[in-house]
Amino acid sequence: MEQVLSPLAIAHQHVVFEEGLALDCGVHLPRLTVAYRTYGRLDAARANAVLVCHALTGDQYVAETHPLTGKPGWWEVLVGPGRAIDTERYFVISANVLGGCMGSSGPRSPRGEEGDGQALWGTDFPPITIRDMVRAQRRLIAHLGIERLFAVIGGSMGGMQVLEWAATYPDAVFAAIPIATAAHHSAQNIAFHEVGRQAIFADPDWQGGRYWQSGRTPARGLAVARMVAHITYLSEQALTRKFGRRVRAGSSVLGPYSDIFEVESYLQHQGSSFVHRFDANSYLAITRAMDYFDLAAEHNDDLASAFAGTKTRFCLVSFSSDWLFPTSESRALVRALNRAAANVSFVEIETDKGHDAFLLDEPDLARALSGFLAGCAEHARLA
Amino acid sequence: MSLAARIAPLRHVAKNMRVDLDLIAGMIAPGTRVLDIGCGDGTLIAHLFRTKGCDARGIEIDMKEVTRAVARGLPVMQGDADIDLAHYPDGAFDYVVLSRTLQAVGRPRAVLRQMLRIGTRAVVSFPNFGHWLVRWQLLVRGRMPMTPTWDRMWYETPNIHPCTIRDFFDLCHAEGYAVERWLAADEAGHRAPWRRAPWLANLFGEQAVFLLRAKR
Repeated sequence: MEQVLSPLAIAHQHVVFEEGLALDCGVHLPRLTVAYRTYGRLDAARANAVLVCHALTGDQYVAETHPLTGKPGWWEVLVGPGRAIDTERYFVISANVLGGCMGSSGPRSPRGEEGDGQALWGTDFPPITIRDMVRAQRRLIAHLGIERLFAVIGGSMGGMQVLEWAATYPDAVFAAIPIATAAHHSAQNIAFHEVGRQAIFADPDWQGGRYWQSGRTPARGLAVARMVAHITYLSEQALTRKFGRRVRAGSSVLGPYSDIFEVESYLQHQGSSFVHRFDANSYLAITRAMDYFDLAAEHNDDLASAFAGTKTRFCLVSFSSDWLFPTSESRALVRALNRAAANVSFVEIETDKGHDAFLLDEPDLARALSGFLAGCAEHARLA
Repeated sequence: MSLAARIAPLRHVAKNMRVDLDLIAGMIAPGTRVLDIGCGDGTLIAHLFRTKGCDARGIEIDMKEVTRAVARGLPVMQGDADIDLAHYPDGAFDYVVLSRTLQAVGRPRAVLRQMLRIGTRAVVSFPNFGHWLVRWQLLVRGRMPMTPTWDRMWYETPNIHPCTIRDFFDLCHAEGYAVERWLAADEAGHRAPWRRAPWLANLFGEQAVFLLRAKR
């Protein structure tokens, strides 16, 4: 499990903003690092930029082999040459979120100057919000010389960022595509996150969050957190279809202490592979940011006023079997956007794959995204 | 039963959607904001955007049609007119269009009121139940009419609120809507000389299109 420390060892493409960032919690982060990747070319008018916002455990490696895991980029089914988000047409940007562990400022990053050895933020990293993440991305966009994003796209927590972008910087977003998301994190979602956090806290190797000093990381706790979360990303139908009640090959012993069902080893694999690429304190910080998220509360409890007078063209997408961010949440957003007389497209995609569907090869999702983007490009008079 | 359950089977009432849409588009001024209720795959919206530069959007209940429309790059949302119109602010659109759907909604009056609340004007088209063939069949056969337009048995038709052109004039009068323009046409969309005389139009028109505005 020592490899957990390795994200630090990898050099991620990044930019440093020495002036830091004022956070919602009132703390001024003294130094802001944003790690990012870009794909495709920015056109002469700097008008074809598409920002892809990643979800809780995603990162900036959207459309290329991940340097740590060696796996394909998490959205290669949708982002790439000739794909729905066509990198031959659009300049795609993705940043590791503030609080993340793939090179952006977060609990896993050095507290002082770069190369300052073991002085990491850890649990002293100030609490962050989705809006803080978006502000950090805004710095990156300005650094890249872009005033207005052609589109901001993201699923789940990425969708929360999309909504926050549209509400906070309406003139900087021509089109917004929040996928499988909600205007706030529900009590049930917070509850699941809390189980994950408690699993991390309960791991003796967490050591009050200062685990890097001993070199032992709370891998068991983090793996359990991931296992719980992973269940929420799937659907009952998908689990039944993939595993049913099938028993593992070679498992003959009946008893509570041995793995019997295939679904168990699947979940354990999800948990153990996760801890090699993710930092426990980052997981704590980011799940908290999601839990805090309540767009209406930021606008006097009136969701429609978050989008008052918006010129942004919206496309909301939900998935029929997603019970973590159900269609009803997207519909509530659509109605708020209707109250603001915004330009809204909304599709619910029929699938049994649950919340995870937004990461998978869903032909209707690809069709809707590429069609919506093409329509917006026509309205934006994009070449 | 909600509008949701009614709109889908209704589609085959609109025998010649293209013709109906042409008649409707003829009543809409260029460069305006338009909401098309029950927009299907967005044919009218695309037409209004490309030929008239309208900011045209749509609501459609059938998810397959919505996906097709969005994949065509059209701003269409899945929704139910009975529920979702209530969420739009007053005067959000210059025109709200309801194409061959009024006869199938549960509360036509309520839908019309919503249309003229959120839009300055409403464009409503419907098949005319006063057409001579309908009258003739009922008179001679003593049974519910079966015609190319009214082609489903009484026990399975989604068209629970059929009306005639003269009925619709009466409703507009009762509700205080000004009829700014109207026309009647046959199924092929040909306007005939009788189109300016309501009682003749009511006898020979197979479909009607009205442009309404709420009186101040």
